[in-house]
Amino acid sequence: MNASSATPASTEASRTPFDSSAPWRLHPRVALRPEPFGALAYHYDNRRLNFLRSPDLVALVETMGAHPSPEAAFAAAGLDERRWSAFERALAALAASDFLEPA
Amino acid sequence: MTALTEELKLGLDAPICLTWELTYACNLACVHCLSSSGRRDPRELSTDEAKAVIDEMRDLQVFYVNIGGGEPMIRPDFFELVEYATSNGVGVKFSTNGSRISPERAVQLAGMDYLDIQISIDGADAATNDRVRGEGSFQTAIDAMENLQAADFGPFKISVVVTRENIGQLDDFQALADHYGAELRLTRLRPSGRGIDSWHELHPLPEQQVDLYHWLLAHPQTLTGDSFFHLNALGDENLPGLNLCGAGRVVCLIDPVGDVYACPFVLHDDFKAGNVRDSGGFGHVWKASELFTELREPQSAGACASCGQFDACQGGCMAAKFFTGMPLDGPDPECVSGHGEVALSGIGIEARPQSTSNHSKPVPVALGATRV
Repeated sequence: MNASSATPASTEASRTPFDSSAPWRLHPRVALRPEPFGALAYHYDNRRLNFLRSPDLVALVETMGAHPSPEAAFAAAGLDERRWSAFERALAALAASDFLEPA
Repeated sequence: MTALTEELKLGLDAPICLTWELTYACNLACVHCLSSSGRRDPRELSTDEAKAVIDEMRDLQVFYVNIGGGEPMIRPDFFELVEYATSNGVGVKFSTNGSRISPERAVQLAGMDYLDIQISIDGADAATNDRVRGEGSFQTAIDAMENLQAADFGPFKISVVVTRENIGQLDDFQALADHYGAELRLTRLRPSGRGIDSWHELHPLPEQQVDLYHWLLAHPQTLTGDSFFHLNALGDENLPGLNLCGAGRVVCLIDPVGDVYACPFVLHDDFKAGNVRDSGGFGHVWKASELFTELREPQSAGACASCGQFDACQGGCMAAKFFTGMPLDGPDPECVSGHGEVALSGIGIEARPQSTSNHSKPVPVALGATRV
């Protein structure tokens, strides 16, 4: 594994349908490393890297499992609704590479 | 350019891609060896010191380390260190010439979790490979692949440095990888280590670079370690990966004696940031060394500033410029617009930097020479 397989979450196309009204959680084999821009996420099973490019996204990913859906997590975090679709795209990309799993 | 690239240029809290060369000892004497390996250095890290480095990697959340050498499997504590790393959440990918992967060792490796193996060949046949890596080295690598397959290791990687002589064999390398269920990794030849001299005979020709760019676009699953970003100026489409020089920003190298260099291709005093034995250890070198701090500052595009392709190629590879004697803020010697060739033609052999870390065996190493 090397940096070439590192794919920015925000540019990766979603490969599987992502249901933002269903419960999701961070995959237990994913570790997050704090970075100035947010966090670096590493999946110990598929050995992929993802860049979580905002502190808000990091907080969402970390607490996703405590909410009944991503939309509920957006609301609980007090995120401006105009930003929801961008976060949804980022989460969908993470789900497509198994960084998030259905809860 | 993406905002992510801009963020990465400022450096990360720990490297993404950390290469660790465990020993300078090697049974081969490849003409392009980046680390001029051959003989063990008596100052190499002890087992306890190496474990302390792994402890630091764990604490810094370095998720995996690329182990190389020399031939890393020559170290008597090789398996002990690999097991120590993987059991501490630091995955290992190691590069080997395959000479130590016997049927028994292959079974042992197949039983280990969180381990990737990369077997190096530099030709798709013995004649092409052995001219660069030494007589018999192709068969040795094939035997290792056979042993891994028989032990049911799973997908390993076949790692090829692309040269003028093997660039016509890309489809053959892919076929070999497919045959073993392996992944193909292609990386760029650097004029580093013993490559200071051999690079000038072996680096791909301009028209070959064009073929390589199109082959890589057609085979996006190929692993490259992001080493060909200088080719992005050849077309509208960028090759997959991070389009930047990661030296000291997301990448670095620890050598067998613990010296920390900005990347695996610049084992030279000018790019040495510190040593893991210094107070503060590796973490301090990564976070606070003068050299790495400097590399994370905005870099001048220099002579390339007026070129419309700068955003695509980022001025290319720092190591390639340095070891060919070219200015670091000028074009890459393999600049696809030809600016490097022009600059290079005006630079004499005497302008190439002298190696400051040479562990070559006291035998002549030349293309096609028979070696022991």
